[in-house]
Amino acid sequence: MTRVAVVVFPGSNCEYDALAGVTSLGAQAELVWHTTKDLAGFDGVILPGGFAHGDYLRPGALARFSPIMDAVARFADEGGAVLGICNGFQVLTEAGLLPGALQKNAGLKFLCRPTALEVTSTDSVLTSRASLGQELVIPINHFSGAYVCDDETFERLQARGQVILRYRENPNGSRGDIAGLANERGNVVGLMPHPERAMSTLLGSADGRVLLESFVGVRERVTS
Amino acid sequence: MSSPPQSLHRALGLSDDEYRAVTAVLGREPNHLELALYGVMWSEHCSYKSSRLHLRRLPTTGAHVLVGPGENAGVIDAGDGIAVAIRIESHNHPSAIEPYQGAATGVGGILRDVFTMGARPLAVMDPLFFGELRDARQRWLVEGVVSGISGYGNSVGVPTIGGELTFDDCYAGNPLVNVLCVGALPTERLVLGVASGVGNLAVLLGSRTGRDGIGGVSVLASAGFSGDEGALDDAKRPSVQVGDPYEEKRLIEACLELLDRGYVVGIQDLGGAGLVCATSETAARGGVGMDVDVTAVPQREPGMVPYEIMTSESQERMLAIITPENLDAVLEVCERWEVRATVVGHVVEPVTDESGEPVGMLRVRDGFEGEVLAEVPARSLADEAPLYDRPRERPSTLDAVLADDPSDDPIESANEDLLSLLVDPSWVYQQYDSQLFLNTVVGPGRDAALLRLAGPGLPVSTRGVALSTDSNPRWCALDPRLGTALTIYESVANLACVGATAKAVVNCLNFGNPEHPGVMWQLSETIDGVADACDALGLPVIGGNVSLYNESGGNDIDPTPVVGLLGVVEHLVASPPGWNWGDDDDLVLVGVRRAVGERPFPLGGSRWATGRGRRGGRLSEVEVSTLRATLEFVAGEVAAICGGGASDVTAVHDVSGGGLAAALAEMAAVTGVGATVIGLDDVAELFSEFPGRFVVATSDLKALTARATAAGVPLVGLGRCGGSHLAIGTTVRLSVEEIAATRRGALEGALAALS
Repeated sequence: MTRVAVVVFPGSNCEYDALAGVTSLGAQAELVWHTTKDLAGFDGVILPGGFAHGDYLRPGALARFSPIMDAVARFADEGGAVLGICNGFQVLTEAGLLPGALQKNAGLKFLCRPTALEVTSTDSVLTSRASLGQELVIPINHFSGAYVCDDETFERLQARGQVILRYRENPNGSRGDIAGLANERGNVVGLMPHPERAMSTLLGSADGRVLLESFVGVRERVTS
Repeated sequence: MSSPPQSLHRALGLSDDEYRAVTAVLGREPNHLELALYGVMWSEHCSYKSSRLHLRRLPTTGAHVLVGPGENAGVIDAGDGIAVAIRIESHNHPSAIEPYQGAATGVGGILRDVFTMGARPLAVMDPLFFGELRDARQRWLVEGVVSGISGYGNSVGVPTIGGELTFDDCYAGNPLVNVLCVGALPTERLVLGVASGVGNLAVLLGSRTGRDGIGGVSVLASAGFSGDEGALDDAKRPSVQVGDPYEEKRLIEACLELLDRGYVVGIQDLGGAGLVCATSETAARGGVGMDVDVTAVPQREPGMVPYEIMTSESQERMLAIITPENLDAVLEVCERWEVRATVVGHVVEPVTDESGEPVGMLRVRDGFEGEVLAEVPARSLADEAPLYDRPRERPSTLDAVLADDPSDDPIESANEDLLSLLVDPSWVYQQYDSQLFLNTVVGPGRDAALLRLAGPGLPVSTRGVALSTDSNPRWCALDPRLGTALTIYESVANLACVGATAKAVVNCLNFGNPEHPGVMWQLSETIDGVADACDALGLPVIGGNVSLYNESGGNDIDPTPVVGLLGVVEHLVASPPGWNWGDDDDLVLVGVRRAVGERPFPLGGSRWATGRGRRGGRLSEVEVSTLRATLEFVAGEVAAICGGGASDVTAVHDVSGGGLAAALAEMAAVTGVGATVIGLDDVAELFSEFPGRFVVATSDLKALTARATAAGVPLVGLGRCGGSHLAIGTTVRLSVEEIAATRRGALEGALAALS
């Protein structure tokens, strides 16, 4: 059974939801406080949504200095599966574990609503069990979700298949309709939509399952 | 009798008579600090001095009621070992002056009221009232208030799952921002805001104390906006507090952990009237005294004087009563959550008064062993403000208003009229996180919100809780008593649409100046209306708030009681049907089709009539036994679906604002499928508003009819779903596309018009 650490920063608020999402798929998950410096024994790490350190300065800007982030960087470097959801994605970009940045939505409004996504790469720990071109309806819930990066990075992301999820109808002005991306090795992934909110038709959609199933299905370090 | 020195007491919001009452309580002249304490605690906002006599007429008990009115929140036993806490508040005047911070701190305050009870806040709802959007100031207010709720609520991590949005020019100078919060806790963890145990410590948790919000309850909340400047009065701006959701988030987590670990004897939030309110209320409830060291209170800025420290309404603070043995453990939990924690008070023995009775004294001291700066009976601050039976008089102009009935006005352009009534509020609620905690089965924008009853630390349950906030100032302006009762019936109908049975009521009574006899009459009538409806349906009122002085430039708002209904679904494993009907489904109207009285389809107080400037007319009574049977029938039909049962019922929506035509149009817009409805007997039925009617779609008309008949519930066929148009007889014919587009663009269009 996969052991997943769900990192809790002061101001995180989706930690219980992320925990519920992966445990419902059979993973063994626990909340890990942001001052922890060791992630030994875990097969995967989730940085959940919320407002780590109040999102002061800008989302993720302070969280990248939390003691646990060195451990997350080492874990990623060793090929461990790291997933940043929403605020977690923002933290990963601020920490330099994923390229680019997330800016305020084009409409300058917080947006909470379902979005239709297209799986554009299955070469990541989040999308390995999905099929290319598959449509997933998963809600977004953010103020700063417009992905930006320089042209060179953008070309590289496209060329290497690091864009794993795109919006069918861009809700926030994200460059290239990017909703989620992976690092080159595919073991570090970030996305603005919340797969843990789409685990059951009772709550509107179960399309997030395939993503979290992929993630908790990871048994080994990604080396290539 | 002493004569007041100058008019310091008046500047603090106390009348000359109240000053004399303070002198009588103390048996001496109060010093300035003591006077300031009474000024805030005897304010209308804190003391309910104009309404308390009337509120006693409300039914407040029930077998499932664990905590009724008077505590920080009402609590019911929802079953499966889970208690549900609910509270409603207003933050009207702060929001009028500073919409972002006013609305934000309204959310923060209501959350503290709920987690004070030991409950984790699970959801917030926001009923909002503004003037018409052609006025640029109203658009600024809407943007600011919605951003404030979004900015604070999303960040603090509590989903906002619904509310209401009303535009009427009576709110132009005095918008209403109400907020309701519901939380849940394991039943055995219920805690109350009581200080007990002499020697125990009062620990102030959270933010440092600053000069923000001083006089918020007295200067701001308990006076109208009188001058021409109204809410633009910059002099009142410093009385608005400033919120910090990140501080509140850590405060919530720290307090819930303290409660989980059993470290807390009693806990109380600091809201209106700040530290004086929290210390005097906890001491009064526990029948003990409390010594407060003002110098121990962490301050945000230098040079604050004791009266500022005691009455500041700085946000994100809580007062926990703990035993001395637990102090180190409490400090450790707080340090982990980066929450400041400081001992500011000691629980002390009550003194004995002349008649031998124990009296808990609130003593404000300069150091625990230092000079006593103020010494007053805690109870006199918390519970013994003078109560007023203010003059009440039915306005003499009301008869003419009632006689000016629009029910016979010709409806000449039904298509345009219908389109003008459609507003999709999604521009508002998309800015709110409505899904956190994975409980939201039905979110904002439908009849009622429906949540799974689940959360961290709660026993496992498949129950659901449903919530609806409702108001109808148009009705209440015509007949506050009947209008309020009808509003409650409609709110219960909203719960029925998601399969829930109503369990409890909270209300937020927003009224004008209570010194106007007409306003006091409205308030008194409204309270009787709440009692009428609650008695008829067997519902307890478990909490409420009274917001008075909602006036601007001498004009009172229409009476605006907002009710919050809490309901329970016994077994929630599938979504209720919602509004999406299917092609070829049959459409029926369930419930009494015609109103009681001379007018079967009254238009007085309807959105159709008021939209045309016609604000008169009479409301119609409803026949309560049939109404009750209808509500139970619909709730039962939907509950069966929620429980996982097969059903022929495919869509349910109650007929409310905008009448039958609006209900049909909303369903068509959401479904994307039209319907053909038979000609109505009377064109007024299109827009007539009275509660207890439901539009239901079914795939088996015969079976549904048989069930309704067996339950003694009226049901008539309306027509059939399908096609690309909504047609109602020969009076309405609109394409679904046009209905949907008009509805979708209405609010955004109005907000964008000139900004």
